[in-house]
Amino acid sequence: MAHYKLQINGHFYETDVEQDTPLLWVLRDHLGLVGTKYGCGIAQCGACTVHLNSAAVRSCSLPISAVGTKSVVTIEGLSEKGDHPLQAAWNEVDVAQCGYCQAGQIMTAAALLKKNPKPTSEQVDAALNGNICRCGTYHRIREAVLLASTKS
Amino acid sequence: MTVLSKTTRRDFLKLAAAAGGGLVLGFHWESVNAASIQVIDEASLLAGDINFNSYLSISPDNVITIFSPNPELGQNIKTSFPMIVAEELDADWSKVKVVQAPLDTKKYERQLTGGSGAIPHSWERLRKAGATARQMLLEAAAKKLNISTTSLTVNNGIVNHAESGKSFSYGELATDASAIAVPTDVKLKDKKDFKLIGTAVKNVDNQQMITGKPLYGLDFYREGMLFAMIQRPFAYGTKIKSVDSAAAKAMPGIVDVVQFRNNVAVVGKSTWAVLKARKVVKIEYEPEGSASLESSSDHDKFFKDLLESKDTVVKRKDGDVETAFAKAAKIIKREYQCPFLPHNPMEPMNFFAHVRTDGVELVGPTQTPDFARNEVAKLLSIAPDKITLELTRLGGGFGRRLKADYVVEAAELSSIIKAPVKVIWTREDDMTGGSYRPAVRYRFEAALDAGNNLIGYKLRGVGINSGNPTREDNFPSGAVDNLLIDSVEYKSPITTGAWRAPITNFLAYAEQAFLDEVATSANQDPIQFRLSLLEKAKKTPTGAIKYDVDRMKAVIELAAEKSQWGKKKNISQGFSVYFSHRSYVAQVAEIEIKNSKPSLQKIIVAADCGIVVNLSGAHQQIRGGVVDGLGHAMFSSLSFKEGVPEQKNFNTYRLIRLKEVPEIDVHFVNNGIDPTGLGEPALPPTGGAVANALFKATGKRLYNQPFITQAGLEGVTLGVKG
Ligand code: FES
Ligand code: FES
Repeated sequence: MAHYKLQINGHFYETDVEQDTPLLWVLRDHLGLVGTKYGCGIAQCGACTVHLNSAAVRSCSLPISAVGTKSVVTIEGLSEKGDHPLQAAWNEVDVAQCGYCQAGQIMTAAALLKKNPKPTSEQVDAALNGNICRCGTYHRIREAVLLASTKS
Repeated sequence: MTVLSKTTRRDFLKLAAAAGGGLVLGFHWESVNAASIQVIDEASLLAGDINFNSYLSISPDNVITIFSPNPELGQNIKTSFPMIVAEELDADWSKVKVVQAPLDTKKYERQLTGGSGAIPHSWERLRKAGATARQMLLEAAAKKLNISTTSLTVNNGIVNHAESGKSFSYGELATDASAIAVPTDVKLKDKKDFKLIGTAVKNVDNQQMITGKPLYGLDFYREGMLFAMIQRPFAYGTKIKSVDSAAAKAMPGIVDVVQFRNNVAVVGKSTWAVLKARKVVKIEYEPEGSASLESSSDHDKFFKDLLESKDTVVKRKDGDVETAFAKAAKIIKREYQCPFLPHNPMEPMNFFAHVRTDGVELVGPTQTPDFARNEVAKLLSIAPDKITLELTRLGGGFGRRLKADYVVEAAELSSIIKAPVKVIWTREDDMTGGSYRPAVRYRFEAALDAGNNLIGYKLRGVGINSGNPTREDNFPSGAVDNLLIDSVEYKSPITTGAWRAPITNFLAYAEQAFLDEVATSANQDPIQFRLSLLEKAKKTPTGAIKYDVDRMKAVIELAAEKSQWGKKKNISQGFSVYFSHRSYVAQVAEIEIKNSKPSLQKIIVAADCGIVVNLSGAHQQIRGGVVDGLGHAMFSSLSFKEGVPEQKNFNTYRLIRLKEVPEIDVHFVNNGIDPTGLGEPALPPTGGAVANALFKATGKRLYNQPFITQAGLEGVTLGVKG
């Protein structure tokens, strides 16, 4: 067990967990932030994507001991009112089916738009190819990212 | 539009009471007659006399609440059910709230999601509920003004009386309406007058899903709850010989390690603790009875043997196939095989259970809450009404959550450890945990006469724990004079179950690829070939015809028109059509040569699912179904080595990804028929359309799935970027 002070969504959290606990399970089991999803646990599906110092990372494969003082943003903290241009586009395009993968999709897309505010369709595909949507909402995911990129 | 994601019945009753009057109607699914619609008032609330599975409430402050009773797993019924009620009610959609109905009523029916049947099943009943409330509101207004209801009109939840210029919102009329006798003869709208149905309405849970609210089973946490992972046998056909859990028990955060049936459950204080500790439990297994530990190569052998078996079950026999084949000018004989597939919903299996002495609490995602509850009741030998089951949103189902194994397991574990516990499956558990789409092999035979007419048709299906792997009454049955369809099932320790579009998910591919080959050898255009068969089924049917010839013909023609069939230069088109789960879908796949390699660019879909309720949801159901059908046909396979599944996670089990989706162009036949369902029917035709297009582009026929492992497919790419 070790004591960690974490900076998440602009707040400080403290928790005592084993050092190898993935950030994903710290968020979910210990801090009650369940918007970040478990899909595979081996960095293959993207459901657990969060931002670490603004870069998209797979929280299922990131031990808590590696987070340090870096700032973490989860889907809960992407915007205050749930109105980030991507969230608005997701609603506008009516993307979600079961919805389970979508937090990860949005977080991956948000990191892309931060780096590249006007991506091409090919760049969207390249950035989000690591995120599986078992329901097959891929067309709408692409459409929503491109729509958001025209608004931000 | 606001949404409460779920509620208990207690909450609902409070909600209804808080309406401080208003109108609350309860209605059943088991009956369409008016007696089954009832006003819920204070007296019935106090008497606890409430036995409905669905409610419609209108509060004096004009909030309309509709309780949608079915499990929501992405098929969008939580949005489309209320749309149907709101349509007949003429409600203002922006004032409608949608709430997931709890499973704690005594009577309910079909609170189940599977078989694309939710909307077809409840269409009439939902309409009737909306129309009944509307009629009562109108009568309340008529009474107020002392006029007849015929002089009133309704627009978006406002009742108008043109003559006096008076108007009332539904909220203003609700309390009065609750005193009106429930009418028995309400008139439903003419479908031409639908305003909401057929439009694109956004999913009512969007905001919650995109802001990360706790909606799913895995998101359920309760103070003091324990976490558990269960080690099930690695190999199908084995049982536990010995367990050494000392090391696991000594790990931090571990509360207990218990064995029940063939399971070893590691119970602890967090997901990570139990995940780590489970790895150090030492379990020895031994073969169960005489069970053999099967490998995929064994299955290949069984298939070959069974195709020659004398011991088949005849499913359909028309005319005299032997004679037809004896006098045939040409015989075409082909075999097709598919592997086992796991469902892989993005949210793996999980369930929360708390078995107490005075009752049981279950929370989680299931497609069959009623069945799951009864199975738990059986296990614990208690009455089902001692069990409450709170349904969460489902992170996908695809048929896996029709089974109750993972619910029963959680309840059993809770009863052993006497504590509230959430059982979590890792992806590996989920993928190796069974209930697979069965592996199946088909042999098709066609006899053509000298004039290239199809005079004989045989299909034999053999499957591993597949039940009947044929659908004997589907097309082209009825269109061929001499036909024989039979099947053999092989019993294996590997567990199987319904997988989105059960059986037809592969049968459609095999049949449509075969018919394409038959058309080619009969020198006929594949579409014309099918249309001629349908013509024959219509004019001179053989035996029973259990599909609608005209509906099938209409989707074929629409797909041909929209794809400009046969008219495009430098594009190889492949055609497929299938009737399944009450709806009809035809598809044309288009392949272009890019960088001298074939590339799947586009799939054109023509669907007849009757009236489209929610255009946005329906579009996505079609695209999602096509993506599902394409991805699995192309890439996915679960193989076995001595009883052990060889693929355990997404690194070795390939699912389709964003770059690989082609453009999908969706068209609906608009025929005004009551909805016939759309959760599954778009999936079955896809594999066939793609295989037939690949044949045109490469000259290579595909007989096995996944395609990607077939020789000759090297370099084929998918998606518009191909
Ligand atoms: S759960 Fe982290 S990538 Fe799948
Ligand atoms: S919406 Fe269901 S997995 Fe993406």
